[in-house]
Amino acid sequence: MTTTLTEIKHLPTLALLVCCEYLAIFKKTVAMHEVFLCRVAAHPILRKDLNFHVFLEYNQDLSVRGKNKKEKLEDFFKNMVKSADGVIVSGVKDVDDFFEHERTFLVEYHNRVKDASAKSDKMTRSHKNVADDYNRIGSSLYALGTQDSTDICKFFLKVSELFDKTRKIEARVSADEDLKLSDLLKYYLRESQAAKDLLYRRSRSLVDYENANKALDKARAKNKDVLQAETTQQICCQKFEKISESAKQELIDFKTRRVAAFRKNLVELAELELKHAKLQVMCAVRKCPSD
Amino acid sequence: MEIADRISFLYIFCLFAMKECCNSCYMLHMATGSSNFFLFFWFFFWKQSSPSSPEPASLPAEDLSTNSNGPKPSEIMLDGDREDLFAEATEEVSLDSPERDPILSPETTPAVTPVTPTALIAPRMESKSVTAPVIFDRSREEIEEEANGDLFDIEINVSDPEKVGDGMNAYMAYRVTTKTSLSIFHKNEFSVKRRFSDFLGLHSKLATKYMHIGYIVPPAPEKSIVGMTKVKVGKEDSSSTEFVEKRRAALERYLQRTVKHPTLLQDPDLRQFLESSELPRAVNTQALSGAGILRMVNKAADAVNKMTIKMNESDAWFEEKQQQFENLDQQLRKLHASVEALVCHRKELSANTAAFAKSAAMLGNSEDHTALSRALSQLAEVEEKIDQLHQEQAFADFYVFSELLGDYIRLIAAVKGVFDHRMKCWQKWQDAQVTLQKKREAEAKLQLANKPDKLQQAKDEIKEWETKVQQGEKDFEQISKTIRKEVGRFEKERVKDFKTVIIEYLESLVQTQQQLIKYWEAFLPEAKAIA
Repeated sequence: MTTTLTEIKHLPTLALLVCCEYLAIFKKTVAMHEVFLCRVAAHPILRKDLNFHVFLEYNQDLSVRGKNKKEKLEDFFKNMVKSADGVIVSGVKDVDDFFEHERTFLVEYHNRVKDASAKSDKMTRSHKNVADDYNRIGSSLYALGTQDSTDICKFFLKVSELFDKTRKIEARVSADEDLKLSDLLKYYLRESQAAKDLLYRRSRSLVDYENANKALDKARAKNKDVLQAETTQQICCQKFEKISESAKQELIDFKTRRVAAFRKNLVELAELELKHAKLQVMCAVRKCPSD
Repeated sequence: MEIADRISFLYIFCLFAMKECCNSCYMLHMATGSSNFFLFFWFFFWKQSSPSSPEPASLPAEDLSTNSNGPKPSEIMLDGDREDLFAEATEEVSLDSPERDPILSPETTPAVTPVTPTALIAPRMESKSVTAPVIFDRSREEIEEEANGDLFDIEINVSDPEKVGDGMNAYMAYRVTTKTSLSIFHKNEFSVKRRFSDFLGLHSKLATKYMHIGYIVPPAPEKSIVGMTKVKVGKEDSSSTEFVEKRRAALERYLQRTVKHPTLLQDPDLRQFLESSELPRAVNTQALSGAGILRMVNKAADAVNKMTIKMNESDAWFEEKQQQFENLDQQLRKLHASVEALVCHRKELSANTAAFAKSAAMLGNSEDHTALSRALSQLAEVEEKIDQLHQEQAFADFYVFSELLGDYIRLIAAVKGVFDHRMKCWQKWQDAQVTLQKKREAEAKLQLANKPDKLQQAKDEIKEWETKVQQGEKDFEQISKTIRKEVGRFEKERVKDFKTVIIEYLESLVQTQQQLIKYWEAFLPEAKAIA
């Protein structure tokens, strides 16, 4: 009898709990979107894209269609081809030291970020589990406290309140860790993958350039289709140089952005952890000054 | 060597699995009353003990037992009434074939008269119930006047677990140190070496003497086959050291709780346990001894009787209290389960934090921006320290909070046992009254039939039963009075214990948070220094 009554009394807090969780997830998604849009806006070339302007300015519904099955299948095959090709292309040694260094760096970095991101996810989830346990302990103590109105029961009620507050704070710690640390790592996991893709495209064009050179030499030797071979070679050369230039710039930007993002998030993480820990100490001390 | 140990381990497990079947057959017998199951039970029983056991005969086996409810102690508490009835019975099942020989014959029915070798246990109900209150009454009152409430100057520590012996004959010996200024002890400070079965023997003696007159005797820690076998086999890993530490702490709490009780403190057995350097081996705690079997049999009989006794409760206080204890029991179990989950999750959190710390360090290594690299390494260090913190907190969670809850759940079982004893006492009184009535009717009949010699006998019997009825009534009132006092004492102790423990636990939480503050404050400037 008494247990059902206490469970009903906890309903308003249950609704609050659901609200808090929703807000936490909402905050997270909003933050990711903001980072994405800022990135695009900061880029010298992408910011001029018409699609971007439409996205920012058009004040009615954009009606974006999701990818249909055919497009998804196309994507899937494209990915397969790309990864196979990537393996072949990565065997080619690069003349440029900068890019060679970047490639080794990126491959290692990407793997480590992946590992860190996974571990950080696990850690955040454990934190959430601990917060949930506090919740259950709080409600058990509440049930013990409502047995009668002796001193010990009042004590139990106070402790149950304290556990409630602690639980909320721990849940927020877990959510903030998720936001600042896990999301940061996840984002850089994808960014480093994108950087790797960029390097792949450049290597691809390098291979094409070298193949065009070989074809030109062959054509000159046979003295057949020389002009065609020359134009192909020229196009490839231009493409390669353009991509090399922009890739270099992009990779340098990537590094700057990465450092800045890590700094911002790590500072915010430390500040939030401090805030929560201080809050917990304050709550506990206030709750039991007389005991 | 290792393989041989593993085989013995497995062998023991198989034997205990069979013992579980044995116990369930026994329960089936009690439930159905059919003799088929009974025979099945004995068959299993003989099968286990006879030729297949040259090995178990050599085992000291006191510390080996089955928790028939499974290796995890928490499972015992969460099972319903059925397991409760047999929890105490089955905990004493162990291997020791030589002792059990003479007793068993398939003809004896369980609800019964003591059989031969158990002369030690047989007279307990009759003689002790007369002697115990008489001997200790005076001194108990004296002590209570001397100390208001339970403030005795006695402090007990259990420490230095050491492994004695080798292989399957090994056991853990604990040092029990007592510091006191009470005059009933010979010295002010002394220590002895005791093993786990000694503690169980002490509890069994105290329970036999005091439970049936209404005193709440604190229960001893539980046997655990998994833990002990690991220790015997000689595994020096962290789980076996944890097990030994858990047991040591539990034994200390058990003794401290026992000496707080004013009446139990006076008991000569307790004094002998604390003082004398040589203690006779508590062989009666072994289940396959005659005493063990008899105990098991009696307990099963009691269980059935409890279900059939319908008591007219004249005193509402008792009914209320029983209901209260029932509620308390349920809620403590729920709380205990939540705290155990917390311990588990916090250990997980600690492991995950350690893994993340390593991963962050690797990431810092591969980062080529120097300031960021250094900051990431710092982050890794902070997380490692936090992992240590979490581990310590989990430790506190467990030893401070969770074990206390477990102790109280067992204590409440003891309280329920005491209430049951009161019911049995009442039943005895009622039975005596019924018999007296019958004897009076028989006498009346004999008067009409006019047989003078038989008449005299009938009159004698009536006198005898009248005294028995009076005694029964006195016993019942005595036990009711004792229980009231005991319950009052129990409630006060409970309040004190819970308050102290919860405050200690909260303080540990606060300390953890303060440490966290220090660590993050140290990290913040590093993070800000990333250029």
